[in-house]
Amino acid sequence: MSEERADGHDASTEIPEIPTPASSIEEAPSPNEWKDEDICLTVSDLCLHYGDNEALTDISMRVVRRRVTALIGPSGCGKSTLLRCFNRMNDLIDDVRITGEIELNGMEIHSTSVDIAQLRRRVGMVFQRPNPFPKSIYENVAYGLRLQGGLPKSEIDDRVEWALKNAALWGEVSDRLNESALDMSGGQQQRLVIARAIAVQPDVLLLDEPASALDPISTLKIEELIHQLKQDYTILIVTHNMQQAARVSDYTGFLYLGKLVEYDTTNIIFTNPSEKRTEDYITGRYG
Amino acid sequence: MATSDAVSQDLSLQRQSLAAWWRSGDPWIWLTSAAVAASVAAVLGLIGLLAVNGLAHFWPSEVRAIEYERFGTKTKIFGEVSERESISRRQFMEANPSFDKRVPATVERWLIKTGNRQANPPDFRWLFEHDVITSSVPADVVVIERTEWGDAFGLLVGIKHEGESIEAEDLWGEFQVRIDRTATIRNEIHELQEGSINGINYELESIRLEKRRRQLDDNHEFSDLEAEEEALRADYAVIENQVFELTRQLERDSASFSLADGRINDIPISAIIQAWMPNGMSVWQKLGLYFKNLWNFLSDDPREANTEGGIYPALFGTVLMVLLMSALVTPFGVVAALYLREYAKQGPFVQLIRIAVNNLAGVPSIVYGVFGLGFFVYAIGGSIDDLFFPEAKPAPTFGTPGLIWASLTLALLTVPVVIVSTEEGLTRIPRAVREGSLALGATKAETIFKVVLPMASPSILTGMILAVARAAGEVAPLMLVGVVKLAPTLPIDGNFPYLHLERKFMHLGFHIYDVGFQSPNVDAARPLVFATALLLVLIIIVLNLTAITLRNRLEARFRVSIN
Repeated sequence: MSEERADGHDASTEIPEIPTPASSIEEAPSPNEWKDEDICLTVSDLCLHYGDNEALTDISMRVVRRRVTALIGPSGCGKSTLLRCFNRMNDLIDDVRITGEIELNGMEIHSTSVDIAQLRRRVGMVFQRPNPFPKSIYENVAYGLRLQGGLPKSEIDDRVEWALKNAALWGEVSDRLNESALDMSGGQQQRLVIARAIAVQPDVLLLDEPASALDPISTLKIEELIHQLKQDYTILIVTHNMQQAARVSDYTGFLYLGKLVEYDTTNIIFTNPSEKRTEDYITGRYG
Repeated sequence: MATSDAVSQDLSLQRQSLAAWWRSGDPWIWLTSAAVAASVAAVLGLIGLLAVNGLAHFWPSEVRAIEYERFGTKTKIFGEVSERESISRRQFMEANPSFDKRVPATVERWLIKTGNRQANPPDFRWLFEHDVITSSVPADVVVIERTEWGDAFGLLVGIKHEGESIEAEDLWGEFQVRIDRTATIRNEIHELQEGSINGINYELESIRLEKRRRQLDDNHEFSDLEAEEEALRADYAVIENQVFELTRQLERDSASFSLADGRINDIPISAIIQAWMPNGMSVWQKLGLYFKNLWNFLSDDPREANTEGGIYPALFGTVLMVLLMSALVTPFGVVAALYLREYAKQGPFVQLIRIAVNNLAGVPSIVYGVFGLGFFVYAIGGSIDDLFFPEAKPAPTFGTPGLIWASLTLALLTVPVVIVSTEEGLTRIPRAVREGSLALGATKAETIFKVVLPMASPSILTGMILAVARAAGEVAPLMLVGVVKLAPTLPIDGNFPYLHLERKFMHLGFHIYDVGFQSPNVDAARPLVFATALLLVLIIIVLNLTAITLRNRLEARFRVSIN
C-alpha cells in the first residue's frame, strides 16, 4: 500500500534508465563465464568485527581484472569497510577483527609475510573527499614515487607527467606544477589524488565515493576518467549514486547490513535483479 | 492621578529599556572592549614608562652653574638637574626641623647630578629651590665621560703634555685631538689583550692541562710541550712589552678643569672616553651624541660595577641563552608530543601523563633552578668532569653553573608548553591526509616525517614562541645555574671550539636586578635600570615577532584544505 503510494507520488523513485556502458567494447561476461586467469581479487568468507559489532558477514566474491566493479548499498551497509579491506586500511582502526581470506592475484593479503606498504602500493585508494597534501602539485604526484626511493629525477618527472596525463589533468596544470595543490578546485584535487594513486602503477584502484563531494561537471570528468582507467586497472568503486554505478561499472554488488546480497553484471542488477531487496534499493524504496 | 500614572508608565518603560539594553548584549561589548583597552593601555604604559625614564638618560642635558646657601655656607657647583619634585610643608619640616624661615605649602626640590665624584663628592645631591642664590647656563662648561669615577663637570683651562702645560690657540680642538689619540691607543691595547694575550693564555692553559693529563697517564715526557710553552711565553713577553709601551704613551697627557668654585681638577686624558659642551650644542649635535650614547650603551662592556658603560655582554648572553634553549626544547618537546599523540595507546595512563606534563608548567621557576643546580650542574656536570676533564681538577669545567646548564634548565621549564601546543597541532591534522599517505604505501614513520610534522610545524612554532616568551624573562633559576654579575669573557670567542658552553654569562634580567638593587650608586644606576628593562622587553618582542612571522608563513603554506 505505502509502496504503491510512494511509487505513484514521487517521480524520482522510477526505475532509472540504463545507459549502455559506452566504453566497454565487448559486453562484460556474466560471472559463470569468468575464467580463472581473469580474476584479480578473490574474497572468501570474509567477516569483519568492530569490537562486538559485526560489520561484514561472510562476504565471498571475485573481482575481474580490468573491469569496474561497483559496490552499492544504503549507508552503513559496510561497502566502504569492504573496500578498505582490500588495502588493509582497516588495520589502522583499533579493535578490528577480520576472518576469512582475500587473495590478490593468488596471494593472501593477510598473510604475515605480506608487507603492508607493498600491498598498498599495488592497491591504490582514492577517498571520498579530496585529500591532497599541503605540497605542490608535482610533489603530491611524486610522493608515492619518492617513497620507493632511488628513482632518478628524470624518471620521476616522466612518471608525474604520465600520471597527470592519465588523470586528465596535465592540460590544466602543466604550467603550474610548483603551485600548491590546495589552490586547485575540488574536482581538480580529486583528479590529482587519482593521479597520485596511479603514479605508483598499482594493480587495483579503490575508489571510495570519489565524486560525492564534487559538482556535476567534475563528477562527469571523474566518470570519464574511470572509463579510461579501466583499460589498465582493476577498479572497485563505492558509490551512493546508482546512476553513476550504472554508468561506469561492469559489475555491481549490492550490500545490505554487512552481507553481499547480490553480485552480477551491472546490466542484470539494474534490469533484472533476482533479489527483492536489490530491486527495492535500486528503485529507491529505501536507502 | 493621571500624572502619577504617566510617571509609573515612564518608569516601567525605562526599566524595560534598561532590561532590553542589557539583553541586547551591548554591555557585554562594552565590558569586553574595556578589558582589551585596559590591557593595551597597561602594556603601552609599561613600555612608555620604561622608554621615558630609560632613554632620557642618553640625552646630553644642559649643565647649570648653581650657587646655593645651606646653613650659612655658600657653595658653587656645576650640575645637571636630573629630577624635580614638590614636597609638602610637613614633609619638609620633618626633614629640617631647625629651619627658621616661613615655609610655603609646597617646597620645590631638585636632584642635581654634580659629577666629580672624586674631587667634589657626593655626585648626586638634593637642593631646595629656596636655597638657590644664582643659577645660570654657562656656554663652555664641559661634561667629561670617564672610564672611572663617573662623569666630571668643569671648565677646560689647560692641557699638560708629560706634566708640562702647553700653549694652544684652540684649546678645545687640541683637547679633542688628544682624546682621539688615547682612544686609538686604548683600542690597540684592547685588541692585544682580547686577541693575542687571550689566545696565548688559552693555549698555555691547554698545555698545562695536557701536561696534567700525561701525568695522570704516568707519562712524564713533556719536552715537546715545554718547547711549545717556551715559544708561547716568548711571544707573550713581546706582546706584554707592546702593551706596556702603549700604556706608557696613554698616560702622556692630562687636562686641567676648573670646578665651579674655582678649584683646579687634573684629569688624565687616558681616563676620558669622550667630552662635550652640552650648553653650546645645537639640537642636531645633541641628537648625534644621543644616538652615539645609545649605541655605546648597546655595544660597550659595563664599567664601575655595572653602573656605567654598556650592557653588551648581557644582551649577548640573553639572546644566546634563549636561542640555545629553543634549540634544546623544540626537538625534545616535539618528540615527546609525537609519542604521546601518535604512538602511545590513548587511555587513562596517557591521560595521566598529559595532566602531569601540563602541571609541570605551573611549578615555580626557582624549583627548576634548584633542580638544575643539583641534577645538571652537580650530577651530570660533575660526571662529565670526572670522565672527560680529570686533568683540570680540582677546578670544575662543566661541574659548575654555566651557559649549557642554564639553557637546559630553562628548556626543562618550558618543555610542557611545547608538548601541549605540538599535541594540539597533531590532533588538528585531518585523518584523511594521513590515510592518503598510508594508502600510497608510506609507513607510519614516513607519514609522520613527510606529512604530519610539516603540517604541525605552525603549532610547534607557537609552542616555541610561548617557550621563548617565558624563558627570556626568567631570572630566578638562572641565578643558580649560570648567570653572573660580571663575566670576564663572552661565551663565544675566537678560541676553539668557539662556543664555550661551560662558561658563565651575563643576562639582562639579572643585570636589572644587579644594577638596580645591588649597586652602590643608586641615583647613577636608576636610568640604566629602566633602559635595560626596556631593552629586555624589546628583545622578547623581537624574538617573538620573528617566530610569529615564521609561523604565519608556515601556516599559509600548510593550511589544511577546506574543500
